[in-house]
Amino acid sequence: MRFDSLVDSVGQTPLVGLPTLSPSPDVRLWAKLEDQNPTGSIKDRAALAMIEQAEATGRLRPGDTILEPTSGNTGISLAMVARQRGYQLVCVMPENTSVERRQLLGMWGAEIIDSPAAGGSNEAVRVAKAVAAEHPDWVMLYQYGNPANADAHYRGTGPEVLADLPEVTHFVAGLGTTGTLMGVGRFFREHKPQVRIVAAEPRYGELVYGLRNLEEGFVPELYDESLIDARFSVGPRDAVRRVRELIDSEGIFAGISTGAIVHAALAQAAKCVEAGERADICFIVCDGGWKYLSTGAYEGTLDEAEDALEGQLWA
Amino acid sequence: MAEVRIPTILRTYTGGERVVPATGATVAEVIDELETNHTGIKERILENDEVRRFVNIYVNDEDIRFTGGLATSVADASTVVILPAVAGGAA
Repeated sequence: MRFDSLVDSVGQTPLVGLPTLSPSPDVRLWAKLEDQNPTGSIKDRAALAMIEQAEATGRLRPGDTILEPTSGNTGISLAMVARQRGYQLVCVMPENTSVERRQLLGMWGAEIIDSPAAGGSNEAVRVAKAVAAEHPDWVMLYQYGNPANADAHYRGTGPEVLADLPEVTHFVAGLGTTGTLMGVGRFFREHKPQVRIVAAEPRYGELVYGLRNLEEGFVPELYDESLIDARFSVGPRDAVRRVRELIDSEGIFAGISTGAIVHAALAQAAKCVEAGERADICFIVCDGGWKYLSTGAYEGTLDEAEDALEGQLWA
Repeated sequence: MAEVRIPTILRTYTGGERVVPATGATVAEVIDELETNHTGIKERILENDEVRRFVNIYVNDEDIRFTGGLATSVADASTVVILPAVAGGAA
């Protein structure tokens, strides 16, 4: 395949069957390899869409500075696009994120502002909003509330899945900004409404939930509950176990959040087997494991990996 | 008997306990039993008989908003997790 430039190659990722992990010939699992995007994650889709939409409306002009709260992956994608198009990028990032993500952001020329570990991404959003108020000339694309994020999946990810797997019955993805699930969910509600949309949400250690009061809780502005049919909460132990199972059974080396998604996909598959239903379950491989090697998830026992991830934003 | 995991922010009601037992056939009954043993906790979780916007409840890891809400059944030896809604995922 030939493209005019790197950003033109975002999307159109492979869908691969998982003959070993699938529970039976009637209940099959399929992995959409979003790690094969230019910066190695699904976030390239949202980053490119948000920048192009902001350029089209004139909100983003040559030489501008982009500001974004991120746990790292959207930041890396934005940095790649920004670098090529002449924008500066400032990322607000929780300090309990892996060192690899910081190194990559540095390589692509982004500046990082740390937000406190306690409170996780909630705090990054809060700090970014404060920084935006101090710098009204900076452009905050704001992935949690920017419709272009979900639209990237409505126009790209969803149609790609349906084209490659017309028999699809379930779509499983991670719930962070909610962009993937909102976009793909809306696409299937319109084009094949019998497809069930399943969310896998990471369950972190207590540090991340240690709010001063419940009103500080956060639901992304993009989130629309009606586009989802089931939502699983997955802790680090199950996520790591599934990451290792995915390598052992199918040879796919994925990041930890993908382990959480595999866990939800297998839970859904088990329900289909029990109910005697045929199913073709497509899930997202968000990124590869490279950026998380330093977290401790990929070595030692499950107990050791679980201890190592305590307090980290592992997804 | 179900096991209910209490988030840090609500442990002032449970004397600091992270996990408390509760009986009940549904989530609503489990929350009523929590209130009986830990007065005041219910109104931090529910508002007008619905789960508060920034609170999520999971029975055996499934969000009850998609499994029947407060009427979701709670089998013996289930785990009920109560958590504040936070920004998550590899954003």
